[in-house]
Amino acid sequence: MATPIIELKSVGKSFRAADGTARAALEGVDFTLHEGEIVALLGQSGSGKSTLLRIMAGLIPADGGDVHYRGMPLYGPARSIAMVFQSFALFPWLTVQKNVELGLEAQGVAPEERARRAQAAIELIGLSGFEGALPRELSGGMRQRVGIARALVLEPEVLLMDEAFSALDVLTGEKLREDILALWESGQLPTKAMLVVSHNIEEAVMMADRVLIFASGPGRIRAELPVALARPRAVEGSDVRALIDDVYGQMTAGAARPGRVAEKEAKLQLGDRLPEADVARMEGVLEVLMEEPFKGRADLPKLAEDTELTDNELLHISSALALLGLAQLDRGDMAITPLGEHYVNANNSERQALFGRQVLEHVPLIAYIRHGLEQDPSGDLPRDLFLKLLRFTLNETDAAQALRTAIEWGRYGDVFEYNFNNGVIHLPDEEKLMEE
Amino acid sequence: MSENKQFFPRPVIEAGGNRWDWALLPLVLALLVLLAYGAQQMARPFQLGEVIPLSLDPSNLPYYLLRTTLRMFIALAASMLFSCLFAAIAAKYRSAEKVMVPLLDILQSIPILGFLSITVSGFIALFPGNLLGVECAAIFAIFTSQAWNMAFSAYQGFRTVPAELMEAAQVFQLSGWQRFWRLELPFAIPGLLWNMMMSMSGGWFFVVASEAISVSNQNIKLPGIGSYIALAIEARDLSAIGWAIGAMLVGVLLYDQLFFRPLLAWADKFRFEETGSDTAQASWLLTWLRRTEKTQGLVAGFARLLERSFSLFRRSYDGTSIRSRPALPSALPERIWDAVIAAAVFYACWALFHFIHSEVGWSEAARVVVLGLYTLSRVIILIFLAALIWIPIGVWIGLNPRLAERVQAVAQFLAAFPANLMFPVAVVVIVKYHLNPDIWLSPLMILGTQWYLLFNVIAGASTIPTELRYAAKNFGLTGWLKWRRYLLPAIFPSFVTGAITATGGSWNASIVAEYVSWGDTTLQAHGIGSYIAEMTAIGDFPRIALGIGVMSVFVMGFNHFVWRRLYRLAENRLHF
Repeated sequence: MATPIIELKSVGKSFRAADGTARAALEGVDFTLHEGEIVALLGQSGSGKSTLLRIMAGLIPADGGDVHYRGMPLYGPARSIAMVFQSFALFPWLTVQKNVELGLEAQGVAPEERARRAQAAIELIGLSGFEGALPRELSGGMRQRVGIARALVLEPEVLLMDEAFSALDVLTGEKLREDILALWESGQLPTKAMLVVSHNIEEAVMMADRVLIFASGPGRIRAELPVALARPRAVEGSDVRALIDDVYGQMTAGAARPGRVAEKEAKLQLGDRLPEADVARMEGVLEVLMEEPFKGRADLPKLAEDTELTDNELLHISSALALLGLAQLDRGDMAITPLGEHYVNANNSERQALFGRQVLEHVPLIAYIRHGLEQDPSGDLPRDLFLKLLRFTLNETDAAQALRTAIEWGRYGDVFEYNFNNGVIHLPDEEKLMEE
Repeated sequence: MSENKQFFPRPVIEAGGNRWDWALLPLVLALLVLLAYGAQQMARPFQLGEVIPLSLDPSNLPYYLLRTTLRMFIALAASMLFSCLFAAIAAKYRSAEKVMVPLLDILQSIPILGFLSITVSGFIALFPGNLLGVECAAIFAIFTSQAWNMAFSAYQGFRTVPAELMEAAQVFQLSGWQRFWRLELPFAIPGLLWNMMMSMSGGWFFVVASEAISVSNQNIKLPGIGSYIALAIEARDLSAIGWAIGAMLVGVLLYDQLFFRPLLAWADKFRFEETGSDTAQASWLLTWLRRTEKTQGLVAGFARLLERSFSLFRRSYDGTSIRSRPALPSALPERIWDAVIAAAVFYACWALFHFIHSEVGWSEAARVVVLGLYTLSRVIILIFLAALIWIPIGVWIGLNPRLAERVQAVAQFLAAFPANLMFPVAVVVIVKYHLNPDIWLSPLMILGTQWYLLFNVIAGASTIPTELRYAAKNFGLTGWLKWRRYLLPAIFPSFVTGAITATGGSWNASIVAEYVSWGDTTLQAHGIGSYIAEMTAIGDFPRIALGIGVMSVFVMGFNHFVWRRLYRLAENRLHF
């Protein structure tokens, strides 16, 4: 067994919500990063994978459990753990050279030594000639190269990458990823281990020796997949495709409670998160699913490619479709249901009516809002009431997200209407008139 | 050839410099001589009661301008230092922040002249037998017109540093000192500079009052443009006022060209949006300085010094050290601190009650509140009228990009120009036509601050997305509908920003505008501004304090209940 570098033992983290109660973001995470490996953390947004990365970076302290670096307890950012950020986090007023030198300067390295080492890192990452440029003069890909050079110049043992390629376009991201992997394979990097946080499944499978899949609410490791393929790996290779399929299957496997593998979606509760899916996209995906070449059944990775949606977006949409009974998820495949077929063939007003019926039946939050409106003599209720209710089970962003989805779906299904200006949810106007 | 060099003194060989150096040399020398002379004059002996000779001869104006400029500079430097310290402390210590930020809110709403009347005797006592004491009082008054909003903007800047940049600073082990210079200050600089320019206008406006100090029947006039104007007003000399206006124009122009333009152009690199934008400021002086070897050497020297300080003040341990271990969080000190604050507030309330009860009387306090209401109604009506005039004009200008650029610069310049120079003209007119001062003095309050409305509206109108403009044209929106559905909502956020600045300035200006003199003629409008001005002239401290206190309450209440809400409305709903 390789030497462990970072060890986490039953790490937990909770954040204080607006009403003062604690919300668990991470719970009981056990994880060890060994020398010589690349590990990818995969999970939907809000599953706590970024929180875990930040705990390892020493940026936020864990509430429970132990964090050890080389057997020592970790209380803050360590010198030999460097990080690459999603938004690059370059200092826009410093030149490329100065940005790369930042960490060395902070350690008090002499100017000549600093310049020499920065120069070497800049050359390694392919930025020669840009030393004097300001970050704003560079394209996104070049900026992230600066971000990587800034981390590498410190010769860190561990390199943490927080969605490092997700702000780049696909082509640039792939190129940068390949360059990093080539450096890693050639042994030119001083780094002994890398941890990559991502929500791009292909990226994770292409890079990592191990893929950890995160479950949300609260965040914990749901599954671990070893990737025993030699690098460089070909995206189109059958073993890579099979792995990607496998990961998709794991990620769409519903909200499994710990100790229980749920293939079918568990029954949604009133205070649960709702998928971040807008109606137009859901309809779009459903229509693509019906057409050639899928004809009602599709491999999720293929569907992602075809619809040009990111993994994250497609996962939200597919779970939304499954939730409403318009499609079914089965080991990384999505199949349209008879109801879904009926939906695609219907005209606009029929679609809306059908959609309304489905959300009332399957989304407890929407049914609950409707119930409240019908009971209220004025037929309207402030949105904040429901937001407060959701905050008992969800954190601030998730609560707002769930309510936003509920309002959009409710509006489209003509279940209720919402006035943004005064923040009031009310029954559709024509129904109100009828009642009076 | 090269070996021979060692026989000559190094400066002769390597003095070098390019043609830009030679051109800059006389400028630098002249500047140094002027500064030395002005500074020497500031610290000369002075006895209380002594009259400093001043004359209305226009040939003295350059010298007066120099003295005034020097004061402004010192005040500006002090404000800068204060802002940085304030922001660094308030952003770092939560317990300090709890007191400091509300305190700043209050200080911001205290009329500038209030500070002068309260602090002048203290400063004079600080340097007995020297003019420096009076100078300090004047500089402090200018400082108070600049420091608060600069400090606020710096604090905002420090607090809003993007989270990822903060995390990067932590991961790369920057110490507090390094973070301040490398991250927080650079991030805050654009806002700080913008507020500095705004403050400068305020400084010019109050230079008259701060140089001609009349307090407790002492009448001290420091040499400067402000005193020159005061003297001209006493002597009813309109042509001298004309000269003063001219000198002031030159002063504002010089400040703009030699100080703010280069600074703004330099600060362009601190803009945070990472995409390049073409709205960069240009400055001939900065270009010149950047091409000059000697100044570049100076800058590099400063940078080296800073970097050396970085290696001195660095973090000596990282997150694996026992020293990073977080102390057990304890709520007790925070509770105690809260209790101390609460006790202080209770004591202050009691002291206030006692003060009003024994020193001024409740009826006086009620009267001042009524006077405050008068001034409040003036401010509201004037802002409304100004909006009625400037919104259509501003929108029209803003929709013509080429015109907007030029007018924008002029409006900024006008905002910096002290409007109180126009006051004597108003007095002459009001006296001549026997007009009611309660009505006709009011416009003076907004004379200087209306420009903020104008250039914010212009800015708002010029940022309306082109597609929206085409859409409005395409749908044939005309008349009132066009204003209600398209133009007014589009400019609303920037209008609110402008109106906040304009009302703040108007409250401040009311002290000067409701109580105007021209020789022996003094016109007075009923209002809290004239109350404060009158009490300052008599030297009645309890009543000055009462007036200032009530005005601060009005300003804060107005900000809290009106502007903050409108601002939030604009932020939430009416933006692109």
